[in-house]
Amino acid sequence: MATSNAAGAGIVLSRLSKSYGNVHAVRSVDLAIAPGETVAILGPNGAGKTTTIEMVLGLTRPDSGTVTLFGKSPAQAVAAGAVGGMLQTGALVEYLSVRELVTMVASVYPRPLPVEHAMRLAGVTEFAERRTNKLSGGQTQRVRFAIALVSNPDLFMLDEPTAAIDVEGRREFWASIRAVAAEGKTVIFATHYLEEADAYADRIVLMARGRIVADGPATEIKARVSGRIIRATIPVAGPAGPAGPADTAALAALPGVTNAERHGEAVILTCADSDLTLRALLSRFPAARDIEVAGAGIEEAFMALTADDNDDELEKVR
Amino acid sequence: MTYPVYLRYEVLRNFRNWRFLFLTLAFPLVLYLLIGSVNRHVQFEGVAFPVYFMTAMATLGTMAAVISGCAIIATERATGWTRQMRITPLPAWTYFRAKVVVGYLRALLTLVLLALAGTAFGVRLPAQGWLTVLGLFLVGLIPFAVLGILLGHLIGADAAALATGGIVTLFALLGGVYGFQVATSGPVLAIIKALPSYWLVQAGKTALGGHDWPAEGWIVIAAWTVVLVPLAVRVYRRDTSRV
Repeated sequence: MATSNAAGAGIVLSRLSKSYGNVHAVRSVDLAIAPGETVAILGPNGAGKTTTIEMVLGLTRPDSGTVTLFGKSPAQAVAAGAVGGMLQTGALVEYLSVRELVTMVASVYPRPLPVEHAMRLAGVTEFAERRTNKLSGGQTQRVRFAIALVSNPDLFMLDEPTAAIDVEGRREFWASIRAVAAEGKTVIFATHYLEEADAYADRIVLMARGRIVADGPATEIKARVSGRIIRATIPVAGPAGPAGPADTAALAALPGVTNAERHGEAVILTCADSDLTLRALLSRFPAARDIEVAGAGIEEAFMALTADDNDDELEKVR
Repeated sequence: MTYPVYLRYEVLRNFRNWRFLFLTLAFPLVLYLLIGSVNRHVQFEGVAFPVYFMTAMATLGTMAAVISGCAIIATERATGWTRQMRITPLPAWTYFRAKVVVGYLRALLTLVLLALAGTAFGVRLPAQGWLTVLGLFLVGLIPFAVLGILLGHLIGADAAALATGGIVTLFALLGGVYGFQVATSGPVLAIIKALPSYWLVQAGKTALGGHDWPAEGWIVIAAWTVVLVPLAVRVYRRDTSRV
């Protein structure tokens, strides 16, 4: 991977694994992120995003594998004030005003931003004097963002940071993140919105069932997961079409197909351009029937990308 | 670094929680005013009842005041705030110190209110007597302050109030706060004398005249502290998972 060398002093996850009982939350994840990168960890619920983030932050101890942040352990990096962020859950303490709370957090960091500046960037200035228990969900989230900003860390870890923020708020939020990224900070955020990952990350790391199933520039990943799915029944031993037997390789070679699977007679094609694929499919394999075209939600796209993985799992169970 | 800003806001937000503060302070004070006023002219254990009962309520009230930090910590954990602070460079030591300071300020306020009420009932102690009691209380409360932090990181918010109430009552009962000893000799007494609450009661009794706080008291308090502090630190360090 091109980024591996550059990430020597960045964030390196090596064969990181974590299980909760029988659930393999994170399975042997390798990831290298260079300083200054903005990376989206994209995946459905239960993909292992939060567990991964918490291991990077040192909140969760991995069963095996290591994390280094700028050449240090998570605990050392946290103690040095190199890390800041927004966890997925976390209310604010009560009985303080927004300004007091942001000031309190700033006071424990070695190089905080000026409180006023962080509050302005996060858009909390207009309710700075309000008590933290009198805020709406969106305002609370903005205050949590102000806390992350005022910390002025080298690494921002943001776990689904725009949950509970309205559309207008999201735009402002990402504008601030871009400003931070432009200063050379490393930003890692988890999301299950493809649009968000695509619009704001340099790079998307796609997670499903505890594994990284794809990792690359945002445009490339988007093409892989934003297509449609064609389901059809094509007899395996039936008369071969003009293109020869309809095996997986032949199906995958159809125009517009990014992934092809066959389970007995059932065929599932993940397509970047389903119109093109459908025309080719019908002309080359006339025996195809029961054809369905569906928009591939992100969950389905993940399923398609991790289908082999799933089979492995079944094998083990047997 | 001393983190004065952090400490200031920790104190501020705890003292703004006036319902909690009120209940902590009101419990021993109301008991003292009610029972003290009825028995104003009674002699008990050779001293005027208001004097005796002031020290008893001081013991109970200050124990409750410092150990009740448990409930606040448990709530902070339940809301996820503790974890948010765990990704900041806040040192464990600074965190502990702030919690202890807040507990001690609550205890101090309890003592001041009881002293005022006692004075109203005609209790008169020389300045040195007040200071001795105060000093011994500050020392004797250390194990309870640490126990509060330890429990706060072990049990859930729903159980915290119940647990601390039970623990204070048990320690108070065994330590002799309620005016009688569970045992006056034998192994049970030895156990009782190994409790920090027993020595808090003895600290209160220095105010009644003729009592000392012997070396044994210092040793018991030091032993509890030496055992509880590393335990609390360990539990705090381990306590990073979602609650």
